[in-house]
Amino acid sequence: MTNSAKAENALELTDLSVAYRVAGRNRAVLRNLSLTIGQGEAYGLVGESGCGKSTVALTVVRYLPRNGSITGGAISLDDQDVMKLDAEALRRARAESVSMVYQDPGKALNPSIRVGRQLTEIFELGGVSGQAATERAIAMLNRVRISDPTSVMQRYPHQLSGGMQQRVAIAMALANDPSMLILDEPTTGLDATVEAEVLDLIAQLRQELSASILFISHNLAVVSNMCDRVGVLYAGMLVEEGPTDVVFNDPRHPYTVALLRCLPRGGQRKDQGRLDTIPGFLPGIGVDIKGCAFADRCALADDRCRSELPPLYDLGGRLSRCFHHDKAQALPRATPSDVAPAPKAAAAPVLRVAGLNKTYASHGHALRAVKDVSLDLRPGETLGLVGESGSGKTTFARLLLGLVPPDAGGTIELEGKALAPRLENRSDDQIKAMQIVFQNPDSALNRSHSIRHLIGRALKRLAGLSGKALEARLNDLVRSVRLTDRHLAVKPRQLSGGLKQRVAIARAFAGDPRIVVCDEPTSALDVSVQAAILNLLADLQSKEDVSYIFISHDLAVVRYLSDKIAVLYLGRIMELGPSEDVFSGPHHPYTEALLSAVPKLDQTETARIRLDGEIPSATSPPSGCVFHTRCPRKIGPICEQQEPPLSEAQPGHSIRCHIPYTELARLQRAVATEPA
Amino acid sequence: MSAVQTSSPTPDDMRRRGPLAEVFFSLLRSRTFLVGFAIVLFWVACALFGEHFAPYDPLADDIINALAPPSSEHWFGTDQIGRDVFSRVIVGSRDILTVAPLATLLATVAGTALGLITGYFRGLVDDVVSRILEAFMAIPVVIVALLAIVALGTSKTTVIVVIGLSFAPIIARTVRSAVLAERELDYVAAAQLRHESALHTMFVEILPNVVPPILVETTVRLGYAIFAVATLSFMGFGIQPPSPDWGLSISNNYGMIGGGFWWTVLFDALAIASLVIGVNLAADGVHGALND
Ligand SMILES: Nc1ncnc2c1ncn2[C@@H]1O[C@H](COP(=O)(O)OP(=O)(O)O)[C@@H](O)[C@H]1O
Ligand code: SF4
Ligand code: SF4
Ligand SMILES: [Mg+2]
Repeated sequence: MTNSAKAENALELTDLSVAYRVAGRNRAVLRNLSLTIGQGEAYGLVGESGCGKSTVALTVVRYLPRNGSITGGAISLDDQDVMKLDAEALRRARAESVSMVYQDPGKALNPSIRVGRQLTEIFELGGVSGQAATERAIAMLNRVRISDPTSVMQRYPHQLSGGMQQRVAIAMALANDPSMLILDEPTTGLDATVEAEVLDLIAQLRQELSASILFISHNLAVVSNMCDRVGVLYAGMLVEEGPTDVVFNDPRHPYTVALLRCLPRGGQRKDQGRLDTIPGFLPGIGVDIKGCAFADRCALADDRCRSELPPLYDLGGRLSRCFHHDKAQALPRATPSDVAPAPKAAAAPVLRVAGLNKTYASHGHALRAVKDVSLDLRPGETLGLVGESGSGKTTFARLLLGLVPPDAGGTIELEGKALAPRLENRSDDQIKAMQIVFQNPDSALNRSHSIRHLIGRALKRLAGLSGKALEARLNDLVRSVRLTDRHLAVKPRQLSGGLKQRVAIARAFAGDPRIVVCDEPTSALDVSVQAAILNLLADLQSKEDVSYIFISHDLAVVRYLSDKIAVLYLGRIMELGPSEDVFSGPHHPYTEALLSAVPKLDQTETARIRLDGEIPSATSPPSGCVFHTRCPRKIGPICEQQEPPLSEAQPGHSIRCHIPYTELARLQRAVATEPA
Repeated sequence: MSAVQTSSPTPDDMRRRGPLAEVFFSLLRSRTFLVGFAIVLFWVACALFGEHFAPYDPLADDIINALAPPSSEHWFGTDQIGRDVFSRVIVGSRDILTVAPLATLLATVAGTALGLITGYFRGLVDDVVSRILEAFMAIPVVIVALLAIVALGTSKTTVIVVIGLSFAPIIARTVRSAVLAERELDYVAAAQLRHESALHTMFVEILPNVVPPILVETTVRLGYAIFAVATLSFMGFGIQPPSPDWGLSISNNYGMIGGGFWWTVLFDALAIASLVIGVNLAADGVHGALND
């Protein structure tokens, strides 16, 4: 922008109100929202999905969908009134001073044009041409830490991994050196290590760029690591705002308190208590809100709360929209925390896997997706599978289920009996004993069928029920996943993500399974919904004595639910052991890196172990220890020449590394005590 | 908030109407569709009730008035044996509007079944069937028609079978690619984990989800089918005299154009064109409604 003197604030929203027109009526989404972002400041906006975060982002650049309109208030970007800009000035502002990065890099990248062309185009629009534009594009890709820009430029977006795509999208957003960068859930779709990399990148760029940042996320930990200040949005209103560490460590609004309690924190485990949840739902858009918007769900609500809108109290450098901000943290729990720990008999394993391999053919090369995996699982036990995307977690799960046949040689035994490699050859009893809850309910639930049909069909096929008996069991099952009759008649698209996932869980439990595979079942959900689903899974487990194989890239979630952990890298088990041992260490260098990559809410960061670069291709895995190309603890040529065995370091705890266990213990203790 | 609405109405939750109602309303808003549909509806009305409002009997000759140019008495003139062209054009839509839709229906049913089978089983089944279909698609319709006539004799049924079978592979190709995409979705894996039969998975699980592309392809094919029926009739392989069918009339009269009797051909040609355009506009409308 041409303003010579920099405005004091990069962005100022004053009493902003926005509405979407639905069924002929304007429905309020943002209600008198005021916030400011200083020059060079990173401001985080958090809240459940649907609270209006994306609408804020879209409004700032006046990119609202056709049915959206600004019904009041003012927006000023660097002292320029955005509402008064004409079409041309608006286009210039979007091209020159504000950039947006969305959750889905696919939105920003055109699938049919090579990455290089898309980048140079931006520079060409800015008047740089030919060779110069190409050079600028390469420089830009270098800037987002893409190591081989010229080859990346030649590729189409779908030929890049999700993390790479997002980095390219960020490069495009930065191409014009914007003064304001808006990031709307930029890492939500990425797995933990890639997420950490992208966040590191954004943090570093922040220092280089001096751009102000509006960072939108429902991941509180990510915001806490990234932002100077945070605003909590609820039903289109700011309910709390302040410096990030202050708000997260000492919240003064019951909603913030409740959100933070939904997260499994500090290594919380299922046998230590259930997660807290937030009862009820966010008010729909456009509803009249008389008193406090949170009153329906707030255990502290009194009559005044229900009739009078609380003002934004200024608590000295921070704000809270709550009459009882002084006792917000006394909010009673919505879910009782205590549970009777499931009695664990030292029973024989339900599942025993030995020497399982899967090789795919990929462009004439052998791709070892799963290599020599052996493990077992007891009744009522959860095995957590962790590792970056591409490490073989999902393939392993599909092998167990018989959806893909393993290579000859390995064995899978269910309750002592060998399972046929292919699903078709397994008995009906065997298939109903092992079921799955998929990551994406939109893909897993047939969109043409009603919920009643979806669950009913599973009961018919898996439990062999029909008629009255089926009806009765259906009702039980529906109730046990906390759905109600009202949900039965509708199609999946009419339900929210959390409800859809409950349907998927009900379906998996239809035939009284012994083992349920959960493949990232909560990764698409809000923390409040995630907590409810995790509690549900834990309850069902203690009731039914079912075993889980739980895949997630959220390590805190895995830790909460798992008794045992297997860490996978390039299809191999790098570490296997009781959950507590694996998390508390000493652990494999890869596990160590994974754990340190996780953004943490409490800023007690130890020295970070970074994992650089992408996971190597499984068609040509590195020689020796497959992790040596990225291992921060590599000890020498032996790591490149000889593959270490998976050896038992402690009873039940195995690690695949040349470094002896005691030495790992010493090295890792040193890191933990190193001053940050 | 309504019973089912949950954490917040996502844009999807806002659409309280079912997906089909959604498509229906968006069709009503599509001008392309409405214009096309009106044209088709006009010809359907002619086919059904044409004989009641046609001014003359389309088959009655009147040698004295043969080859009369358009006039207030005979709006579109008369043909070689004095039949009223206007009446013939109106009633001439009947056969084509029976044969073409039936042929399209046959193509859709056969194509959908083939597409489901190849897309679902993939692998060897797909390779074999797809190669055969490709080979079949490479043979021109006319040759298929000739062979069929030799085998079955000329009749409407022959035309329906010939066009239906020639179009089936094209529909099969569309359905196959839609099914291949559905096949990757987890609900198919979930069905396998219930030991559902292949038939159940194909027809109960997958088919309802591939209806939209089938619908689009069918409407598009209908346009081609109309054109194909007219062509076959023109060549004498299709609808047989004394039907006032458009293609047949053109074939009987095009020798007259040289003599300046353009009206014996022009109006039938325009009728074919308008019906094809009408169907194509409607097809575009359906395509648009299903893709936004
Ligand atoms: N184009 C639209 N028309 C109607 N309602 C919409 C539209 N876009 C979003 N909404 C609704 O507005 C509310 C806020 O949405 P959004 O800003 O996307 O929230 P968030 O980003 O916090 O999830 C939600 O209830 C959402 O369903
Ligand atoms: S104002 Fe009342 S209802 Fe609202 S958050 Fe505070 S205590 Fe709860
Ligand atoms: S064997 Fe070597 S490279 Fe592999 S994890 Fe151990 S130290 Fe790292
Ligand atoms: Mg959003």
